[in-house]
Amino acid sequence: MTARIGVVTFPGTLDDRDTQRAVRVAGAEAVPLWHRDKDLKQVDAVVLPGGFSYGDYLRAGAISRFSPVMEPVIEQAKAGMPVLGICNGFQVLTESHLLPGAMLRNNHLHFICRDQKLRVENADTSWTTDYETGQEISVPLKNIDGRYVADERVLDMLEAEGRVAFRYLDGNPNGSLRDIAGITNEAGNVVGLMPHPEHAVEPLVGTGRTDGLGFFTSILKKLVNA
Amino acid sequence: MARVVVDVMLKPEILDPQGQAVQRALPRLGFEGIADVRQGKRFELEVEGPVDDAALSRIQEMAETFLANTVIEDFTVRVDS
Amino acid sequence: MTLDTVKHAAETPDTDQPWAELGLKQDEYARIREILGRRPTGAELAMYSVMWSEHCSYKSSKVHLKQFGEKAPETDALLVGIGENAGVVDVGQGYAVTFKVESHNHPSYIEPYQGAATGVGGIVRDILAMGARPVAVMDPLRFGAADHPDTKRVLPGVVAGIGGYGNCLGLPNIGGEVVFDPCYQGNPLVNALCVGVMKHEDIHLAKASGAGNKVILYGARTGGDGIGGVSVLASETFDSTGPAKRPAVQVGDPFQEKLLIECTLEIFRENLVDGIQDLGGAGLSCATSELASAGSGGMRVELDTVPLRDSSLSPEEILMSESQERMCAIVEPGKVDRFLEICEKWDVIATVIGEVTEGSQLEIFWHGEQIVDVPPRSVAHEGPTYHRPYARPDWQDALQADDAAKLARPANAEELRAQVLRLVASPNQASKAWITDQYDRFVQGNTVLAQPEDSGMVRIDENTGLGVAVATDGNGRYAKLDPYAGAQLALAEAYRNVAASGAKPLAVSDCLNFGSPEDPAVMWQFAEATRGLADACQTLGTPVTGGNVSLYNQTGEVAIHPTPVVAVLGVIDDVTRRTPVAFADEGHLIYLLGDTREELGGSAWSQVVHDHLGGLPPKVDLAREQLLAEILISASRDGMIDAAHDLSDGGLIQALVESCLRGGKGARLVVPDGLDPFVLLFSESAGRAIVAVPRSEELRFTDMCGARGLPATRIGVVDGSDIDVQGQFSVALDELREAHEGTIPGLIA
Repeated sequence: MTARIGVVTFPGTLDDRDTQRAVRVAGAEAVPLWHRDKDLKQVDAVVLPGGFSYGDYLRAGAISRFSPVMEPVIEQAKAGMPVLGICNGFQVLTESHLLPGAMLRNNHLHFICRDQKLRVENADTSWTTDYETGQEISVPLKNIDGRYVADERVLDMLEAEGRVAFRYLDGNPNGSLRDIAGITNEAGNVVGLMPHPEHAVEPLVGTGRTDGLGFFTSILKKLVNA
Repeated sequence: MARVVVDVMLKPEILDPQGQAVQRALPRLGFEGIADVRQGKRFELEVEGPVDDAALSRIQEMAETFLANTVIEDFTVRVDS
Repeated sequence: MTLDTVKHAAETPDTDQPWAELGLKQDEYARIREILGRRPTGAELAMYSVMWSEHCSYKSSKVHLKQFGEKAPETDALLVGIGENAGVVDVGQGYAVTFKVESHNHPSYIEPYQGAATGVGGIVRDILAMGARPVAVMDPLRFGAADHPDTKRVLPGVVAGIGGYGNCLGLPNIGGEVVFDPCYQGNPLVNALCVGVMKHEDIHLAKASGAGNKVILYGARTGGDGIGGVSVLASETFDSTGPAKRPAVQVGDPFQEKLLIECTLEIFRENLVDGIQDLGGAGLSCATSELASAGSGGMRVELDTVPLRDSSLSPEEILMSESQERMCAIVEPGKVDRFLEICEKWDVIATVIGEVTEGSQLEIFWHGEQIVDVPPRSVAHEGPTYHRPYARPDWQDALQADDAAKLARPANAEELRAQVLRLVASPNQASKAWITDQYDRFVQGNTVLAQPEDSGMVRIDENTGLGVAVATDGNGRYAKLDPYAGAQLALAEAYRNVAASGAKPLAVSDCLNFGSPEDPAVMWQFAEATRGLADACQTLGTPVTGGNVSLYNQTGEVAIHPTPVVAVLGVIDDVTRRTPVAFADEGHLIYLLGDTREELGGSAWSQVVHDHLGGLPPKVDLAREQLLAEILISASRDGMIDAAHDLSDGGLIQALVESCLRGGKGARLVVPDGLDPFVLLFSESAGRAIVAVPRSEELRFTDMCGARGLPATRIGVVDGSDIDVQGQFSVALDELREAHEGTIPGLIA
């Protein structure tokens, strides 16, 4: 058997088809989910992909967070279902309060698209077991609202509990506090990050590296072995 | 220090996609009865010295040339008491 | 105000009408009266005025543009030619590709962000309307001097607008150009290109046929955007003191456009439309008249059913509105319900506004009263044609006689080194990463090559690896010196860029940016450039599939350099064979392909070092371009080269620096016997490329070049962390990188 991984499409989602491809490349079954769906079609995990859902109008992720599909996602995430939020998906997760903090406009105010080096700080989450803690990977970064902020107390808590999952290396691209590129919830099943692992799963396209594939193989192993 | 507020809004005839997206979301969240939403920007200026006509006219000029893009936006200047 | 109905117009022949204010000439107004046999209604006058404007009717340019059809080379690849929203090219395996480049110059000067954003939106809808999924965009841009204060206003706005719109649509931006020249001050050129992919059977055309079929308007509501924008903004020089009635700027909503794309593709998948047209310049006037004109002819529209954002709009304004993110479809009655259902799924407003009729007239009604009754062809296709006078300007001889060969050259190796650094740091030759990093090049997960590669390349089939490559090029300096040769050089460069990436060039789209057609000198430049381009397309076997003309790019008497921008589309059977520009492997041999002559007219060197423009541009040799392309494609397919970079502005040294910086490796160069080091480094002779050949492939590669008669000269080896020109100078990559990458952020950021 293989795992069924849901990929949600909100109006304005862009990376849904790429994420489905990444899921397939890893060997799992990609299940498209629509923002109006009220059930999750028995998927084993959910990815909220990148894009500009609702145009990022009001605040990035603020309108999508109230989509019908988010009710079961939030409920099941709290019950332990693995959820990965990439870029806009991460923003939806913070707006939903599944993850702490918020994303603001980049400190230089520009959209930035580049190959970004990261350090995996926590290789024990549902989505990172195929990496080593401390491993350096390169995946594309592309956003305009990517500056992670939270108050000092939250940041200290995240650090203390090992919940900073990824940190930017070789220069902070957007002013994120403590170079945070991605975080996890306490249980390790909900992970959000700004860079795009789904764009780094094939050697020829995107950055030409496959450093992002580990997200999808990690979750597949976890689900199949469960 | 006195505060002057500059409100910048898209001109009425200019499309406001952000306001529209918010307006369309409202009924889904159970907020009925809102016919239109337009989103703008508010600038709060802390002014050194007196807010007299000269100061206001400088702020007026600042708003016209810099804070607002008068090709697509209107603005208002008022003293916040 | 009373409604100006058809009946009312017939009864009041002597009513004064504002035809001049709407940009019509007296004889044009007289012709409208002749066509209709009465005076036009206000709504009809609005329609004719926008559709007969330069922008929509190509009235000054079409006598020249017809060469693209007359001289079109024989090819099986062209599935849809000039005249539709965009041409369609067969790329094999059942796939068809459509692409087009278009201008949005004047709006981008007035409001850089929205002007550039809506330029992207417009070209994407053109591609979508052909039945294709848009898969990539590119933006050839030209601005005034890099250090001019207005460039600091226009450039960041344009770049943010392109990024803000394109990124939000999920279209990778894979190439384009950024050029600075004082001639574009006040007249920036913002050209936008889109590529789309479909299966052969999915091609859709803009035609309304089948009486009883419904006309559905879907997408955004109609507001007062850009009313009169087409005729006023695009046809006359923008003057900051007037006109009194300033047209409202169009504002783009990329989120709405993204929904429109997905909604439309789903509608195509279920085969629900007979004909489709996007709404761009001239809005509903254009869409209804073009659909009807290309179909059986008759259409009836109830204009008061159009969903409005501003309920105070008059029928004339609704017809002229350029509100963005709208499409118009012709749908069989039995398919209307499903069509509307899909629109509802995507939160897209859709309204049946009329139907195709048995008749031959386009009839438009406002609350039951008829306000338009016209033969649609007379609006859409039978606009005026001008044979504008043209004459070779009297300054052309003096310009060509002002030979760049007489310019002072570097006196010694030290000066040569200093000029190399100056060149690669000059705004036109410097890295544009600050700009292109604001565009998403990864989205859709199929990008194989993107800027600063020679061409942008995307995979279109995941299983077979089929891909397409596109490059856009233009050199206004060359075209100013010789518009005929300049247009051919633009084509040759784009053709070479596509081949250097390993793809076979198939077809051309062009955006012809010129000054006022009312100036005989400008008109001569235009005539020469179109003739040059048509001739070269014929020779190279790459038909022009469509494009756009932008005139009146001038301030007062001063026109921009004639700037034909040429896009070439190529196909590659297997993207794993693509050739990047990076010299990444030490020990690979560097070969220079082609002949290097002393050609400095219009060169980057003459501009950067001497601020000079004179003489003749490099010689055009299309047979050589073809041979070079064949060699580059064969070498890529057979794995004989690991990198290739075309030589163009900035010459060999520019290409070498780019390839070395991209690969992070240096190079040792030996000046071949009989060549002057300065000429080797800075000449811009066309028909050349540099390639990196693994030693194991050297013999095979040189044998192939020898057998086919292409000069191939070994000029060095990839090695170390400096560029070392033997006996001349050495410069560290780090120093080059700092010079090359620091300029644009320093000027603009």
